[in-house]
Amino acid sequence: MTTAAHPGKHYDAHDTMTPVIDDSGHVHVHVVPLKVLFGVYFILVLATVATVAVTYVDFRQFNIVIALAIAVFKAALVILYFMHLRWDNLFNGVILISALAFVMTFIGVTVMDSGQYKQNYVPPGTRQMISSQNGI
Amino acid sequence: MSTAASNVAVAEAHHGEVDHNHHDPNLAHHFDTPEQQAQTGKLGMWVFLGTEILMFGGLFCAYSVYRHNHPEVFEYAHQYLNKNLGALNTIILITSSLTMAWGVRAAQLGQKMLLITMLILTLLGAAGFMVVKTVEYRSKWKEQIFIGHGNLFASDRAETTNKAKVEGLEDDVLHAHPEAKTAPPVLTTVTPEPTDPNFGGPDQAKIVPPNVTPAGLVPAEPPAPEGPLTYEQLGPLQRHRVYTFFAIYFCMTGLHGVHVLVGMGLITWIAIRAGRNEFGPSYFTPVDLVGLYWHLVDLIWIFLFPLLYLIH
Repeated sequence: MTTAAHPGKHYDAHDTMTPVIDDSGHVHVHVVPLKVLFGVYFILVLATVATVAVTYVDFRQFNIVIALAIAVFKAALVILYFMHLRWDNLFNGVILISALAFVMTFIGVTVMDSGQYKQNYVPPGTRQMISSQNGI
Repeated sequence: MSTAASNVAVAEAHHGEVDHNHHDPNLAHHFDTPEQQAQTGKLGMWVFLGTEILMFGGLFCAYSVYRHNHPEVFEYAHQYLNKNLGALNTIILITSSLTMAWGVRAAQLGQKMLLITMLILTLLGAAGFMVVKTVEYRSKWKEQIFIGHGNLFASDRAETTNKAKVEGLEDDVLHAHPEAKTAPPVLTTVTPEPTDPNFGGPDQAKIVPPNVTPAGLVPAEPPAPEGPLTYEQLGPLQRHRVYTFFAIYFCMTGLHGVHVLVGMGLITWIAIRAGRNEFGPSYFTPVDLVGLYWHLVDLIWIFLFPLLYLIH
């Protein structure tokens, strides 16, 4: 599942996705075999069925973990095979991973921060509710 | 078709034009080789996709903060979304991703008719997705849980003026509290519990136990609430956040839907160019890049579906 499983291959002209035209005009392109495309599609459909099925079972707080794990697995398949990143220039993968890393940092820090002031947070309408309960 | 060697002769006047006589018409003058051009285009596309991920990241962040702080609200409000339609749309998008990837493959191999067929199939998938999305949005509009002030839960009106409407909606959509109105309270048998220390002794027949709890039927302990979570069960501080779930749902799926519409435009454009014989094994970068964009739209949905529809 790792993008950089075969780092040496990325620079092999016969294994890159983009066209390489030699002097005779012949083009070398990495073409994804139909078998791989359909195999990935089949797994994606199965994973979709699995992620729906798993909501009917109570795993308590792990339901969201399982749902996200399946989503990440599906996303990895789409990125590696449909988007060709497995055979692509490594740098494109670096861009993707860094974008994801920034999003994770953003979400993680913001959620932690909201936990810090959660106890002091007075939602709108609360004051009116309390004062009406006290008959003020 | 000319060779890479003649690409040096590319003049500015021919930039972007189709001219098969003098040089590779698809090679811009500032690139040395078609490969360099294709790699550069892809790099630019990936940078763009990175910014797309960052943009959606902001919405996913809002989602995470609200779900982290108000989990019950998400558990309650997500029940109004139709799981089956969401799953159907997931399958539709995955299928259109397959046809798009197949189209890129056809472009690489110079299979013009197959490429156009695949692009049309992808377009049909995108249109199908939007049709299902429209059906979903329409039912939200009719149920008055659309984005905006018309939402039943906006401004805490679900506790005051909209109380009856919310309960009606819970009956209709969630099939909540149907038994509460008709079924009698559940009764259970209790045995008398002796409290007199003399009770049951040798003189049992003579002594009437003075303090025995009455035999018969009493209401059982209220069972753990079964069935769908209702608005009543939410804490008072959670209730005012129900509307926020719908705001997040419509912002996320709405922005995603806009991307689907843009993708439909791009795929149409690529299909027209493919009809003009513009793509082949030596030049298919536009097909490739539109494909990458389309797969990203699929990727976003792969996360939106479980996060919005499949909350447990």
